[in-house]
Amino acid sequence: MTTHAHNLPNVASRLKDATGIALVSLLLGVPMIGLKTVDAGGALAIATRWPWLLAFVATMFVGRLVLQFVLDHVKLNKAKRARTRPEIGATRPWLKWIGYGVVGFALVLPIAFSGNRYVVDTATTVLIYVMLGWGLNVVVGLAGLLDLGYVAFYAVGAYTYGLLSTHFGWGFWETLPVAGAAAATFGVILGWPTLRLRGDYLAIVTLGFGEIIRLILVNWTDFSGGPNGIGSIPRPTFFGLPFSPDSDAGPTFASFFHLEYSPEHRVMFLYYLILVLALLTNLFVSRMRKLPVGLAWEAVREDEVACKALGMNVTNVKLSAFAIGAMLGGFAGVFFAARQGFISPESFVFSESATILAIVVLGGMGSQLGVVIASVLLVLLPELGRDFSEYRMLMFGAAMILIMVWRPGGLIAHREPTYRLAKKGAQA
Amino acid sequence: MSEMLLEVDRLTMRFGGLTAIDDLSVAVPKGKITSIIGPNGAGKTTFFNCLTGFYKPTEGSVRMHHPVHGPLLLNEMPSYHVARKAGVVRTFQNIRLFPNMSVLENLIVAQHNALQTASRFSLAGLFGRAGFKQAREAALEKAEMWLTRLKLIELADTAAGNLSYGTQRRIEIARALCVDPLLLCLDEPAAGLNPRESAELNELLLYLSREHGKGVLLIEHDMNVVMRVSDHICVLNFGTKIAEGTPEQVQNDPNVIKAYLGEEDADDKEAA
Repeated sequence: MTTHAHNLPNVASRLKDATGIALVSLLLGVPMIGLKTVDAGGALAIATRWPWLLAFVATMFVGRLVLQFVLDHVKLNKAKRARTRPEIGATRPWLKWIGYGVVGFALVLPIAFSGNRYVVDTATTVLIYVMLGWGLNVVVGLAGLLDLGYVAFYAVGAYTYGLLSTHFGWGFWETLPVAGAAAATFGVILGWPTLRLRGDYLAIVTLGFGEIIRLILVNWTDFSGGPNGIGSIPRPTFFGLPFSPDSDAGPTFASFFHLEYSPEHRVMFLYYLILVLALLTNLFVSRMRKLPVGLAWEAVREDEVACKALGMNVTNVKLSAFAIGAMLGGFAGVFFAARQGFISPESFVFSESATILAIVVLGGMGSQLGVVIASVLLVLLPELGRDFSEYRMLMFGAAMILIMVWRPGGLIAHREPTYRLAKKGAQA
Repeated sequence: MSEMLLEVDRLTMRFGGLTAIDDLSVAVPKGKITSIIGPNGAGKTTFFNCLTGFYKPTEGSVRMHHPVHGPLLLNEMPSYHVARKAGVVRTFQNIRLFPNMSVLENLIVAQHNALQTASRFSLAGLFGRAGFKQAREAALEKAEMWLTRLKLIELADTAAGNLSYGTQRRIEIARALCVDPLLLCLDEPAAGLNPRESAELNELLLYLSREHGKGVLLIEHDMNVVMRVSDHICVLNFGTKIAEGTPEQVQNDPNVIKAYLGEEDADDKEAA
């Protein structure tokens, strides 16, 4: 036994492990690779392929050794890294400048790419995910409550707009606060019974909640249109000016500003609309983080029992996180419905929740800028990978794994403390 | 006899068939240090959990004489109310700080209730109203005061989880003090401290009880701390009180010697 026995298993045990794998592959390989049926003049005959089998077993043996070697080293590196906690004292002003840079880029993007509808559309999708990511960041990143059913609130927002606009003729702006409130209410409804649960158990209940909402939408046909969804949802207007070719109904955006009608106006308007919504979300969440309730969210994430011992009503802290996260998801849902003009339960499946959660985790729990970078990655990677056709999702998965191996704490694991003694009172 | 702060009356806590605390009565005076000692598994931490609302005692009552709210029954309160309303704040045997937050933030979180009220449940805070800014300054000042007092001011902007064990213990006490407790319940504050650090702890405990008039309830194994600072000691074994009195009385009590060292028997004595 070496002194590193607890870190790296010795050679003998590795060989034994690989031999075991080789034996299993031999067992499986004999019928699948070793023996082959061939057509011998109308009848079936069995041909053997022992060299192939040998090569297969040898590959498995060597492959297992290599895999274990790599895994051990990854584990060792991770353990080393885990021992050093990121220093909180260091400020990172450049992170702020990157943030401003990203906002600046987002502002000029549709102008720089005007005429390229695909780019602006994709950027709009990215921004929807950014907004959802920022909303979920409150629940998962700050309050540390693992929510696997976040898409339910997105759906509540989208259906609130879909139903109110098609049945009662409500506009985008009137519906926005109502949908936010409806989603927040659902957040509290979900939050209330799950307050005692933690970690895995909470994740399961939220997962179930997400499915319940989706199944209701699928099955309650009278209410939600069932699997057919809701169509012809009115598009948002520019302060009452619709984006349509000249019509007799009244002035349109193009006619009012004496522009030539172009369908691009709407694409650009939608882009700027979600940009404004996202920036407001960011402002709101950043402000909340610096308020007592934001610090309380983080404290609950760090240690719930200690919070109780300090006289904090953990129930209220968690509910506020659930409600605010849900409300932001609801806003994003309204925008989604308005942009698509058509919604169906198809858009609110579990994989959406998983994608949003992946954005938060990949970006770095609690980091606003991290969410942006992760959203860009998660939307663009599959888009860029279109050339690889069916290998697209494989590449996507591999990229995710690589990022998590490279940066286990997420892309931006840095946390800027809310209070600093050095410059106290400097922040608002 | 000084004014009683906390009165525990015939407290019993059962977990299924196990009786962790059996018919225990203790009184904790204001401005004095009361210690609970006893061998491992005697029920000391269970007793703390019953006091602070983490467990609901099976029988008996815990009464806090609050100068403003009058007598309060702690055994009927949720744990956060015990700290918020009754002013009974505890620390933990296995330190429970917020490790990824700075030391200063740990102390600010302890003042959450005052800040949350001042921020009008975030509404005033969201718009940066003056009242909230004042409350924030006050919270920072209080945190700064305790950090200076406990010689932690240099570490204010460091992540709490990065610091040494002894320092983390001090931070936990500083954080508890930021809640403005009337009664401070410390669960083994000297565990893992070196002799110099535990001497500093003694000084701090005496300062808090004498100068600030805080009641201190102490669970401790380190006799250098217990015997030097306690005004009153209560000895537990198997959930029952076996002795009570001043440090001298307890040290000479045959029941205590028996519980700690075993029966007066030649073999046992050697083993001990």
